[in-house]
Amino acid sequence: MNTDAVMPKAACATCSLAQNARLIKLGIETGGWDYVVALAGNPNTGKSTVFNAVTGLRQHTGNWPGKTVTRAEGGFIYDGKRYKLVDLPGTYSLLSTSVDEEIARDFILFGQPHVTVVVVDATRLERNLNLVLQILEITDRVVVCLNLMDEAERHGIKVDDRALARDLGVPVVPTVARRGEGIPELLAAIAQVASGEYATRPHRIRHLDPEVGQAVERLTREIEKTFKGLPNARWVAMRLLEGDERIIEAVRKHELGELAPAAEMASTMQPALETA
Amino acid sequence: MAVTVQTLDTLAPGQKAVVKDLAVEGLERRRLMDLGILPGTVIEPELKSPLGDPTAYLVRGTLIALRREQARHIHVVPLEEEQDEH
Ligand SMILES: Nc1nc2c(ncn2[C@@H]2O[C@H](COP(=O)(O)OP(=O)(O)OP(=O)(O)O)[C@@H](O)[C@H]2O)c(=O)[nH]1
Ligand SMILES: [Mg+2]
Repeated sequence: MNTDAVMPKAACATCSLAQNARLIKLGIETGGWDYVVALAGNPNTGKSTVFNAVTGLRQHTGNWPGKTVTRAEGGFIYDGKRYKLVDLPGTYSLLSTSVDEEIARDFILFGQPHVTVVVVDATRLERNLNLVLQILEITDRVVVCLNLMDEAERHGIKVDDRALARDLGVPVVPTVARRGEGIPELLAAIAQVASGEYATRPHRIRHLDPEVGQAVERLTREIEKTFKGLPNARWVAMRLLEGDERIIEAVRKHELGELAPAAEMASTMQPALETA
Repeated sequence: MAVTVQTLDTLAPGQKAVVKDLAVEGLERRRLMDLGILPGTVIEPELKSPLGDPTAYLVRGTLIALRREQARHIHVVPLEEEQDEH
């Protein structure tokens, strides 16, 4: 696994002595953080396993009923900086979400994490990259955690993580989260993206024709005026132009600014069906 | 031989098929695509819930549950037939 190219500073991170010195697990202690980090990704890719490895907590993992339906928060210190880590439910999309996926979407879009870690399944990369690309559209502070590398290997799947990092324009860190492999490198990448030391160049699809582009710009300005301080106004503008009923409703009821707190309330809801 | 296009909800369990068309627009269409269901995708019904709705389909290595109402809009061609054509 070649991770040295993406993380020049992480060379020594694999030796356990260095790791112990650099990582302090804080459990549920999340006060006074320097950075907020979100754990996003498709369902069942190992997000909660990464969360537990880094915070020392025991978020339920595994297939249903291990499925995460609410967001969980934990803390850790890495290289002297305090991090709040937010474990989110799995989601296939930011665009067409089911009810429990909305919790994840709202936090990724409006919770303003400093870094979004997208945990992807190395054995189902094609499926997983859909969400990665959607997240790269809205933020450049992204780290891709290429998890389940042991499963990939078992199936004879080789993933060129350096090429992937180059094409996506963000760090890609291969991991076997269940065994803690790659977690030190992941933390190093998160720290570098959080501090801005690693300047990402996110892959973006620019396909708007000029007329649509102008409409998006105009609407974006209106939204920014109406919802002061709302992140991702451009994303909201695109959804309005597409006719996304739930976003239209949120704008009409002036609830947009409250989308992140609304996610907290939704967390008491029972697990719905996996998808759709 | 003409290929028989049928809708996904009429596919027998274990019968692999290729998606030909998504006969639905807007967010519903996008939802299907976000779940990995696009023209050309191989799809296979795996299990029906006790009442027969929804059904779980194997798509790109993952089980995806679809309601009959959604499956009705997905046009597919059973895999053997498609191979016979060539
Ligand atoms: N073989 C292998 N299994 C893993 C790895 N990481 C996690 N798992 C297992 O994958 C299953 C799912 O892990 P979770 O951490 O619950 O996944 P999740 O992304 O939080 O799932 P949701 O919250 O439902 O989206 C568990 O059984 C884990 O033990 C890995 O690197 N290799
Ligand atoms: Mg989880």
